[in-house]
Amino acid sequence: MYEHDVIVVGAGGAGLRAAIAAHEAGADVAMVTKLHPVRSHTGAAEGGINAALREGDDWELHAYDTMKGSDYLGDAPAIETLAKDAPEDTITLEHWGMPFSREDDGTVSQRPFGGLSFPRTTYAGAETGHHLLHVLYEQVVKRGIQVYDEWFVMNLAVSDEPDPNDRTCHGVVAYDVQSGKIDGFKARNGVIIATGGPGQAFDHTTNAVSCTGDGQAIAYRAGVPLEDMEFVQFHPTTLPSTGVLISEGVRGEGGILYNEKGERFMFEHGYANNDGELASRDVVSRAELTEVNEGRGVEDEYVHLDMRHLGAERILDRLENILHLAEDFEGVDGLVEPMPVKPGQHYEMGGIETDENGKTCIDGLYAAGECACVSVHGANRLGGNALPELVVFGKRAGYHAAGKDLGEAEIETGYTSDVEEETDVDLPVTPGEAGLDPNPEAVATDGSGQALDAEDALERAVETERARTERLIEKDDGVKHADIRAKLQEAMTQNVNVFREEQGLKKALKAIRECRELYQDVYVQDPSRTFNTDLQMTYETRNLIDVAETITLGALVRNEFRGAHWRLENQERDDENWLKHTLISWNAGKPSIWYRPVILEGEDKTYEPKVRSY
Amino acid sequence: MSTQEQQPEPETEPETEPETQESPADPEMSGLASPQQRRLQRKAANLAERERQAAEDESNLEEDTVHLKVFRFDPEVEDKQEPRFDDFHVPFERGMTVLDALIYARDEYDSSLTFRHSCRQAICGSDAFFVNGSQHLGCKTQISELEQPVRVEPLPHQEVVKDLVVDMEHFYEQMHAVEPYMQQEDLPEGELEEMRQSRENREKIKMSTRCIWCAACMSSCNIAAGDNQYLGPAAINKAYRFAMDEREDEEIKEHRLRIIEQEHGVWRCQTQFSCTEVCPKDIPLTEHIQELKREAVKKNLKFW
Ligand SMILES: Cc1cc2nc3c(=O)[nH]c(=O)nc-3n(C[C@H](O)[C@H](O)[C@H](O)COP(=O)(O)OP(=O)(O)OC[C@H]3O[C@@H](n4cnc5c(N)ncnc54)[C@H](O)[C@@H]3O)c2cc1C
Ligand code: SF4
Ligand code: FES
Repeated sequence: MYEHDVIVVGAGGAGLRAAIAAHEAGADVAMVTKLHPVRSHTGAAEGGINAALREGDDWELHAYDTMKGSDYLGDAPAIETLAKDAPEDTITLEHWGMPFSREDDGTVSQRPFGGLSFPRTTYAGAETGHHLLHVLYEQVVKRGIQVYDEWFVMNLAVSDEPDPNDRTCHGVVAYDVQSGKIDGFKARNGVIIATGGPGQAFDHTTNAVSCTGDGQAIAYRAGVPLEDMEFVQFHPTTLPSTGVLISEGVRGEGGILYNEKGERFMFEHGYANNDGELASRDVVSRAELTEVNEGRGVEDEYVHLDMRHLGAERILDRLENILHLAEDFEGVDGLVEPMPVKPGQHYEMGGIETDENGKTCIDGLYAAGECACVSVHGANRLGGNALPELVVFGKRAGYHAAGKDLGEAEIETGYTSDVEEETDVDLPVTPGEAGLDPNPEAVATDGSGQALDAEDALERAVETERARTERLIEKDDGVKHADIRAKLQEAMTQNVNVFREEQGLKKALKAIRECRELYQDVYVQDPSRTFNTDLQMTYETRNLIDVAETITLGALVRNEFRGAHWRLENQERDDENWLKHTLISWNAGKPSIWYRPVILEGEDKTYEPKVRSY
Repeated sequence: MSTQEQQPEPETEPETEPETQESPADPEMSGLASPQQRRLQRKAANLAERERQAAEDESNLEEDTVHLKVFRFDPEVEDKQEPRFDDFHVPFERGMTVLDALIYARDEYDSSLTFRHSCRQAICGSDAFFVNGSQHLGCKTQISELEQPVRVEPLPHQEVVKDLVVDMEHFYEQMHAVEPYMQQEDLPEGELEEMRQSRENREKIKMSTRCIWCAACMSSCNIAAGDNQYLGPAAINKAYRFAMDEREDEEIKEHRLRIIEQEHGVWRCQTQFSCTEVCPKDIPLTEHIQELKREAVKKNLKFW
């Protein structure tokens, strides 16, 4: 058993920043992460980090843009905190050595980005995330913060009160991938979940193989609601074979999208007669998919992004990294042929419900980064707004967990009896636990009412995971997790993509149910305790099932078109009924759906919903 | 300045004595382009060559399968304790990388096949393997460019944990040994004021900041293989990244130079260029090492 004041789960931008803050506040902090920190997916971010640094810009403009971009589903206290803290936290990165791109006078450069009223995206070449990740890791090394790397967190150790709001988190159970050892990590003050997004719920994504929504799933099963999960951002230009992102820059420079017949469909089929290829991400993604669905896709799968007409010189000058991406990952030479592209899952706006201090409704449990939903992005994230979220809310969660006073939060968390509940949704299958598991839930919390002390909670959680692992490895045959994952991903990509309709969403729920049932028979083929990635991925697949279900349930109940969420049955934003967050609680295996109003009242103004047009 | 560049030498035995002088200017090298340009030229040549072959190769591959020969070892599993190679035949698809092929083999044929990977886009640095005899990132290596069968082995000179997974601990220790963090304490006073850095200076350190800690360079280095304490190209490059950053004061730079000119530091390098050749991020490692040697000499840190 290991013991520290603060345990940070995950070592991407959010986790590293949280650990540094907790350390600064005097806590004994340790990080437990399934990947070595520098392998985290934050490294893939290219574009930049938004912060109001310059004259002519201020945090209020940043907040306004973010609220508008969120399609009025972000909470004002969260958005204003982001906009206010981002400048200082960005400059701190510079002081820690981040190699930002520079102006002639040596100050950091900023560039324009979609949806921003001021060029406030601070960047370091085309690899901002890589530098942010490495600079933060350097600070962790400098401070001598303990990192348990390649330790996979299987579960939380949470006490057992019937009402999740009364529960306390005492630590985590993790599996040392290299040795196979399963052990407990006791957290005297708090656990901060910073595990990133769940992109692997889809078979085509810009997210890493490690983005499996683990933190969301374990928090959810411990009783923390997941918020606004239906809001998934899809990026219109990703390479078909890997999902590698081709940045907006290509279209910005004049790149053209063609269908199989060589038609410039954005105009010729009237998807965006003014903006054409430069229309917003969701519009372009839907256009591409319509082309493919109507039989005009290349090889029935993708469309072409052509930049050849820009000429080799301009391409080499401005878009050289795109040439490398297309060549290395798709085997295509962008100078002599068009590049194949299709929409891919890119970012999960929803996540673990937290307040501005990163706190969840469970005492001692925090979340920050893409896995969390404090709600700054609402229904749609603006480019360049995720990285500041990592440092701003990572830092706050770290401070708060270490006991620093950040003031009372305005955002409320946790289910209370006065919230609005969803009562009349027609579900094709019962969601939640399949109920066939011979050895039921792994979480310490079954709501049975035995409040557990820290040691008991941890011991029980460790024992449950050891038994579960034993069972999975001992089992001689059954279903492979990879087959279940493939089925899940296919159902999600087919039915819960940029087009959502009631029938499709119901189909997805049925498929998810089938995955749950198949999972009762899952087994781990690899008998070894050494670096058993088969076991790890089997755990991850289970997490993906739970997270995918919340995405689909949210998408089914929200019958409106807001931000990234489009519904065939109601293609309009419906402020009268839907200025509210969707929350899903696990309820010991019987998910329930409820709502909480959006907070549009800011510090000294109220944000009035306007049409989101640019 | 790159006047002291050397051409990659033919395989030579590593010498145990550290180099005590700067490498002499090689007449054959004078007038040649920088390593960066050489790489671009090489890429262009490869591209032309590939185009010529592409038609036949790809049509061959298209109906064909990829033949992988993958190194297997597991200290715990009886029939894997003796290292062996397993053959996998994977259906080829356009754009398929070595990593894609491995994932297919694992998911379809053998779930116990073990390798690190995550981002699939050459940024996490997890999947450096020894492919057909040299270090490559699996995710960045197109199958269509390789001769079959494709032999995939773990990185040489590192202890194998299982299959393609090697122990990275030593590599991380060396990275940490160069105090890889900004040490400037004296910060601008103004609110929200950044340290200034010229564009030229940023450009100077740019390539060195791209390292993804994949350890391909370390694995390719003869010197590192012979001297376990040698800092290795990646760590020295990390030191370069800070030593050359004008945001740190001169004393800090001197402190950094002292670290890298220790017994197992820069003077061990024999400019064989193997690291530079394999670096998936095109970092001119050998050049950086040479430059640090010159800086150390300039600072009179080394008395011979
Ligand atoms: C291609 C791409 C480009 C992007 N570009 C931009 C951009 O330009 N600007 C911007 O603002 N945003 C951008 N984003 C979004 C942004 O990069 C991400 O949202 C953000 O980096 C997520 O950071 P994180 O710290 O929350 O998670 P991650 O960086 O994904 O880190 C998650 C960490 O959790 C650990 N972990 C996960 N599960 C477990 C477990 N079970 N046990 C232990 N550890 C675990 C992992 O090891 C990892 O260390 C981009 C995203 C992508 C994919
Ligand atoms: S210098 Fe290049 S080869 Fe070496 S670890 Fe860094 S990226 Fe890999
Ligand atoms: S999988 Fe990340 S570098 Fe290859």
